[in-house]
Amino acid sequence: MELIHTGKAGTLESSDVLISVKTHPENKIEIKLKSIVEKRFGRHIEKLVRDILDEMQVSSALVDVDDRSALDCVIRARLETALYRGAGVQTYHWEEL
Amino acid sequence: MKLRRTMLYVPGNNPNMVKDAHIYRSDSVMFDLEDSVSVREKDAARLLIFHALRCIDYETTETVVRINGLDTPFGRDDVEAMVRAQPDIIRLPKTETPEDIQMIDQKLTEVERQAGVEAGSIKLFAAIESARGVVNAYRIATSSERLVGIAFGAEDFVTNMHTSRSKPGTELFTARQEILLAARAAGLHAVDTVFADISDDEGFREEVGLIKNMGFDGKSVINPRQVGIVHSIYMPSVVEIKTARRIIRAIKRAEQEGSGVVAVNGKMIDKPVVDRARHTLDLAQASGIYLDEIEEEEING
Repeated sequence: MELIHTGKAGTLESSDVLISVKTHPENKIEIKLKSIVEKRFGRHIEKLVRDILDEMQVSSALVDVDDRSALDCVIRARLETALYRGAGVQTYHWEEL
Repeated sequence: MKLRRTMLYVPGNNPNMVKDAHIYRSDSVMFDLEDSVSVREKDAARLLIFHALRCIDYETTETVVRINGLDTPFGRDDVEAMVRAQPDIIRLPKTETPEDIQMIDQKLTEVERQAGVEAGSIKLFAAIESARGVVNAYRIATSSERLVGIAFGAEDFVTNMHTSRSKPGTELFTARQEILLAARAAGLHAVDTVFADISDDEGFREEVGLIKNMGFDGKSVINPRQVGIVHSIYMPSVVEIKTARRIIRAIKRAEQEGSGVVAVNGKMIDKPVVDRARHTLDLAQASGIYLDEIEEEEING
C-alpha cells in the first residue's frame, strides 16, 4: 500500500488514539509515539503499529500516534482507517483484515 | 428463552463506549453505524466495530449492529464487514417493505458464502420507522427466516406522520399495536422505541409500564441508566413467581400421573397459561431473583 497524502483517524478522547500517517521522505518507517501509558506499553504499541504496517505492506511511512490508552483493537482500527485514507483506497479487502 | 428487555444504543465511533458496552447488563448492545455516525466517519466506525467484535468478549450480551440502509453508499460495505465480524444480529433501519428485508437477506447469504460463514447464521432485526413500514408490518415480519424481531423507531415515524411525540404517546398507539400484532403473528420479538429525555425518569417509567402492558418484549435504550429501570419494571412480583411455580409443578405432576386436566386454585390450566408461567420464571431468573429462596419461603410459610 502506498500513501499518496496524509491520512488521519481517531480522536483524543479517552480510550481512543489519534493517528496520522504520511509517506516518509527517506522511504522508511518512523513512528512517533505519545501515550499516557508509554512507560508500560510504549514498546508494545510500537510493535503493534509496525506489525500492522507490515501486514498492509506499507514500507514508507511517518506515523504519529497520540494514544489515550486505547485497546489494541482500537489502535488497529484507527491505523487501518488512516492508512486507507492516506492511500485513497475505498475498496476494502475485508477477508484480509 | 432469549430475553430482549433492553437493547442499548452504542455510538459506533466511540471506543470508550464500545469497549464497555456490556458492563451495564442490557440484554443486547446495539452498535450504531447509522445516525450517530457522521458521513465522514462511516469508514472509521465500520472498522472500529469490525475489530471490536473480533477481539472484545461481550460475554452473554447479545451483539447487534445497526447498519446503514442498502440504498445508501455505506450499507453494502457494512454488510461485507459485519458478516466477517459476526455480531449475533444485524438491525436494518427504516424498513418499509418486505423487499428491503429480502435484499439484505440475499446480500448476507452472498457474503456468508464468500466468507465461509455458516449460511443463515446472522439474524435480522427490522426497524420500522415510517407509515409505510407500519402498513407493511406483517409482510415485513414474514419476509425472511433470518428475522428474530421488529423494532419500532418513533422519532422518524412522528416526523413522517406530521406530528411530534407527546407524553401520553397517543400518536404512537396504532403503530405500536400494528407492530406488535405483526410480530406476534409471525412469532417474532417486538422492541419499542427509545425515550429520548434521559432526565425524565418518571416519564420513562410510565412509558415502559405502558409498553410492557401492551406486550412489547422490551425497549431500545439510549443511556445505561435506563437499563436498570426497564429491568425492574419487567421483573415479576413474588406473587406472580409463586403462581407460576405452582402452575409448572402442577403440569409436571399431571404429566407424571398421565392426567389430562389440570387445575390450580380452582382454575383450569391450559397451554397459554403454562407458556405465560414459563415466561414469568425466565424473567425472574434473568432479573436475578433466586427461585430457591422463594421456594424455601413457600415451604417455611
